[in-house]
Amino acid sequence: MKTFKIGGVHPPEHKLKAEDPSITLELPKQGIVFVNQHLGAPSQPIVAKGDKVKVGQLLTKNENFIAANVHSPFSGTVNKIDLVYDASGYRKEAIIIDVEGDEWLENIDRSETISREIKLSKEEIIAKVKEMGIVGLGGACFPTQVKLMIPEGKTAECLIINGVECEPYLTDDYRLMMEKGEEILIGVSILQKAIGVKKAYIGIENNKPKAIEYLAKLAKSFEGIEVVPLKVMYPQGAEKQLIYAILKKEVPSGKLPIDIGCVVSNVATSFAAYEAVQKNKPLIDRLVTVTGLHVEKVSNFKVRVGTPISMLLEAAGGVPENTGKIISGGPMMGKALLSLDTAVTKGTSALLLMNEKDSHRGEPVNCIRCAKCVEACPMGLEPYLLSALVENENFERLLDENVLDCIECGCCLYSCPSYRPLLDCLRIGKQNARQLQSKK
Amino acid sequence: MNAILLSVIIFVSLGAFAAAILYIIGKKFYVEENPLIGVISDLLPGANCGGCGVPGCRAFAEKIVKQGSMAGLNCPPGGADTVQNIAKALGVEAAVEDPKIAVVCCSGSRANSPQKVNYEGLQYCGFAHSLYTGEGGCPNGCLSLGSCVKVCQFDAMYMDEETGLPVIVEDKCVGCDACVKACPRQIIELRLKGKKSRRIFVSCVNKQKGALARKSCSVACIGCSKCQKICTFDAVTMENNLAYIDYEKCKLCRKCLPECPTNAIHELNFPPRKEKVENTESVEN
Repeated sequence: MKTFKIGGVHPPEHKLKAEDPSITLELPKQGIVFVNQHLGAPSQPIVAKGDKVKVGQLLTKNENFIAANVHSPFSGTVNKIDLVYDASGYRKEAIIIDVEGDEWLENIDRSETISREIKLSKEEIIAKVKEMGIVGLGGACFPTQVKLMIPEGKTAECLIINGVECEPYLTDDYRLMMEKGEEILIGVSILQKAIGVKKAYIGIENNKPKAIEYLAKLAKSFEGIEVVPLKVMYPQGAEKQLIYAILKKEVPSGKLPIDIGCVVSNVATSFAAYEAVQKNKPLIDRLVTVTGLHVEKVSNFKVRVGTPISMLLEAAGGVPENTGKIISGGPMMGKALLSLDTAVTKGTSALLLMNEKDSHRGEPVNCIRCAKCVEACPMGLEPYLLSALVENENFERLLDENVLDCIECGCCLYSCPSYRPLLDCLRIGKQNARQLQSKK
Repeated sequence: MNAILLSVIIFVSLGAFAAAILYIIGKKFYVEENPLIGVISDLLPGANCGGCGVPGCRAFAEKIVKQGSMAGLNCPPGGADTVQNIAKALGVEAAVEDPKIAVVCCSGSRANSPQKVNYEGLQYCGFAHSLYTGEGGCPNGCLSLGSCVKVCQFDAMYMDEETGLPVIVEDKCVGCDACVKACPRQIIELRLKGKKSRRIFVSCVNKQKGALARKSCSVACIGCSKCQKICTFDAVTMENNLAYIDYEKCKLCRKCLPECPTNAIHELNFPPRKEKVENTESVEN
């Protein structure tokens, strides 16, 4: 079975209730739509208090290259533009909409019929993806059209689709593959056409045998799409690891996948691209896993972006008393939420409720030089050394030790028997090293 | 007897030979150095604190000698005496800079800004700052992890366990700037020490609008501009919903203090007022 070459860990999978179908949640009374839901230059809202909006209407503008539009997921009136806590831990600008009915823009195709024929040209597809605000739904929320525009002098040879879902607990991508398999594959064909490649691989870990079987069966009727079963290993969903696992090709340090002719995208992103191109539908809803070992009704909910998370938690049977923290995302890379007065964004893949016992870190003690972190690091770094360099503020050497290759997957922190805050140190190190690099 | 004599001769000649080599090398590779560098280096306090912007006292001495004057240079821990002595050694005049002292412009103590979340990550302010607003919820306030205290070389700071805020020991602080640089949120400011160490400053850096600022901290500056209106010396400026008192313009009249609705303006080392005693609750800093 294929997997990546170095490092990685295998935490308990805890893919709870993965076989239950997803539940579509009713509309909230009030929606909170964050103005910036992508990685890149900040956008400005183009609606004001009191404006009437329809589902699918554009809410923000951004002139920059690396940017993504945000569309209204609700119809109703803009109540106010306020500062609301998001997963970053700070208050961010959000448009608060009082939901009235569910009136969609007329040019959006809401039917369930699957349209396979791709009528748009390469350029039109990219323009559509940009217009509809599609971002990478694997977690980073990088605007998808930027990935699809292959820089001059480089050629894409294959497309890699991430259906790995290597984070424990998460099941939203699995549900999407099981429920919208054909749409995903059409989405993959759309992305293939956009970057002009014949070959596409969908990587799926073998703890999802049904998804592998289902998509492989469907893929037979599509040109050039191959489903690749992979060994379960975290962080296989990271693009460099996924490329190695599938193609046995290494992305050099400091380079991007396109430098070796690969474009990596996520299954959920492919589905969003399908909806944007074939149905003219902006990215306004997504699947969110609400999970946790002590959660009453673990489920995947299909919700609009902007749905308050309190609604999701309620639908999952409420927050149990012994909950220590609520994480937006998976247990390895997700971020603990500061406040429950926040909403689902394009990048919210899950809400993970950790019980009190599991939500605390151990008391850090001295490094015993066991090198477990070195063994676990999928990028071949030496986290114990890097963290010591950060503590001694030796950023010059840190840069030489390739700290910027760190993908912040958390394998070092997970494997450390001394509970040392390795990842924390590495993050500071990266910040400082980046500053140092830009000075040079 | 012979053996002793022989060894003495051998070692004496060996010593003489080595001395000769050292003498030749010393002459041949002699580096001409301005003797002033050594003189000035001795005059400096030798704390190597970096407050002058140069790494180490000797490097600072070299810089002074190269420049030939004290213009634009200052040694905060040495103070006026050191600067005058150096100027005398150089044979130039030097303007005396008024001594400065670090001031913590945040009063978000555990009582004023109650803890809402728990933080268990790395005990380093810069990291916590990149993660979230802080335990009290103020996006600009003190994170209480003491990175400023760790960099202080003069034992002039400590963390108050009760309030969770750093405290500056006035007698020991030399105004070297180390804590100012260590704070990721620009909470600590170097201000003029002032006459009899008296200072008035806005003890808040929250840039949010009034209502939000109050939500996270009961003594936050809400940007009401009342202090600006009452000030007769134009010392108060308002920016980003936050008042700032310019220490060069402030005449320490204390008119703004009773105006502040949230008691965000603090005074230090003033004698108690005669009439309104409640306004002068001294705030340790």
